[in-house]
Amino acid sequence: MTNIEKYTNAFVEALEIKEEQVEGLEYQAINEWDSVGHMTLIAAIEDAFDIMMDTDDIIDFSSYEKGKEILTANYEVQF
Amino acid sequence: MKCSFNTSMWNLKNDKNKIAIIDEHRRTITYQQLHEECEKLAEAVKNRCLVFSLCENSIGSLLGYVCFLNHHIVPVMLNSRLEKELLYNLQETYCPAYLWVPEKQIDMYEHATCVYRAYDYALLKTDYDREYPLYDELALLLTTSGSTGSPKFVRQSYKNILDNAKSIVQYLGLDERERPITTLPMNYTYGLSIINSHLLVGATILVTNKSLVQKEFWRFFKEMEATSFGGVPYTYEVLERIRFMRMELPKLTTMTQAGGKLIPELHEKFARFADENGKKFVVMYGQCEATARMGYLPPEKAIEKKGSMGIAIPGGKFYLIDPEGNAIIKPYTTGELVYEGRNVTLGYAECGEELKKGDERHGVLKTGDMAQFDEDGYYYIVGRKKRFLKIYGNRVNLDEVERLIKGKFEIEVASAGVDDHLYLFVLEESMLQRVKDFVVEKTGLNPAAFHVLVIQEIPKNDSGKIQYRELEKYYKR
Repeated sequence: MTNIEKYTNAFVEALEIKEEQVEGLEYQAINEWDSVGHMTLIAAIEDAFDIMMDTDDIIDFSSYEKGKEILTANYEVQF
Repeated sequence: MKCSFNTSMWNLKNDKNKIAIIDEHRRTITYQQLHEECEKLAEAVKNRCLVFSLCENSIGSLLGYVCFLNHHIVPVMLNSRLEKELLYNLQETYCPAYLWVPEKQIDMYEHATCVYRAYDYALLKTDYDREYPLYDELALLLTTSGSTGSPKFVRQSYKNILDNAKSIVQYLGLDERERPITTLPMNYTYGLSIINSHLLVGATILVTNKSLVQKEFWRFFKEMEATSFGGVPYTYEVLERIRFMRMELPKLTTMTQAGGKLIPELHEKFARFADENGKKFVVMYGQCEATARMGYLPPEKAIEKKGSMGIAIPGGKFYLIDPEGNAIIKPYTTGELVYEGRNVTLGYAECGEELKKGDERHGVLKTGDMAQFDEDGYYYIVGRKKRFLKIYGNRVNLDEVERLIKGKFEIEVASAGVDDHLYLFVLEESMLQRVKDFVVEKTGLNPAAFHVLVIQEIPKNDSGKIQYRELEKYYKR
């Protein structure tokens, strides 16, 4: 699996949504991505890339796109 | 007709220039301004009547609430994100004269006319041609579940609210220097009790709809120097996960916890953290049926008595009864927890006609929780008499969930589980996703809480009663 596949997959699995929904998705835009969903999502992403995210990054993770930026800038994940 | 209870709930004029509320956009409103805004809004409503208040954590939402209580207008406190069909059913059942809604939602209400606006909120007049009579002492209505849209409301009186708020002020030692930040919806009994008690002492309430997994929340928290917040068990799990204990929050003095039992390890962890950093961690116990609070664990006992919900609040009394209704006197004996106090609410309403009902409980509440006390008189919740779960702090009635699913799909279903994890058992693979989508939609809770499993057969006894014990093997490890 490529990194983008792993990343998208984490959203699909953690939030129980469809792949078509992830593009442009923002925190609280759907019921699934509330604080509960957020923690499930962060755990899924940490598993997928075998990383431990910092608090600042967890609370800054506000959209599908923002998450990619954070992973690239702070965790050396290239998309 | 005016209500016979003729004093205001909060004396807003006392605190004049003190800031009452600050919102996430840094807008402020003083107690004096709040008073003036309340007068104007009350003028638009005119008489004592029923108002559906669609709540969020904002100045407008709070303004409506304060106005309605001070002017003896009866709000039904609902979440502004309540599913539309559920909201419509509630309206048809109770025929509110007005709706108090976020301005951005006005278009959702076709049969209502906007008659007043303030602070991004709008007052809409409905077109119901009937109004149900309201009991004189009735102050407000709250839902029991918070989410399933059940028409069963708890009826709270002015005295209930005032008495409980005073008691909370006393045991938490609140004064006008407090700056609580909202972490819970204000239509939720616990969130509302924080607002009630802090308005009473003239404190400054920090309101935000942002959640604690958002950067904006913490920026607001730090910038506005919040002194306290409340959380349900799930809140504390998230806080631990985002390494809250490493944050620099010097102004924070008090963390309260209610809405279900925190696992003892986390209870201890937060109690130790508070102890070592000069903060208070206060575990509390309550129910909507007792306005909000019934018990609290004094913070100095938080470590020693971990796992306990404490003692009765000032003015209240706890005791346990056995199945025959006799009081239990021996420590470590399980019985149903009973509470007595002036904050025990009037009772329930399930339809408009029941809004005229008077006090049905007379200060005594059987909580439905099974508990024990130790030799020092500290109480521990050990189980529940009724079939419900707390999902992220929200009460979800298992039988009601079954009824909703049966009503929708006409299938056999059984529901069970533990707090934060509801298990649904069905017989057909094809129903898995449909059942899941349905409960998520109806409860508005995160799908992570719901697990739908296919089993061969729903275990029942000879008389056809579902044997829930036999389902435990699927979810208890």
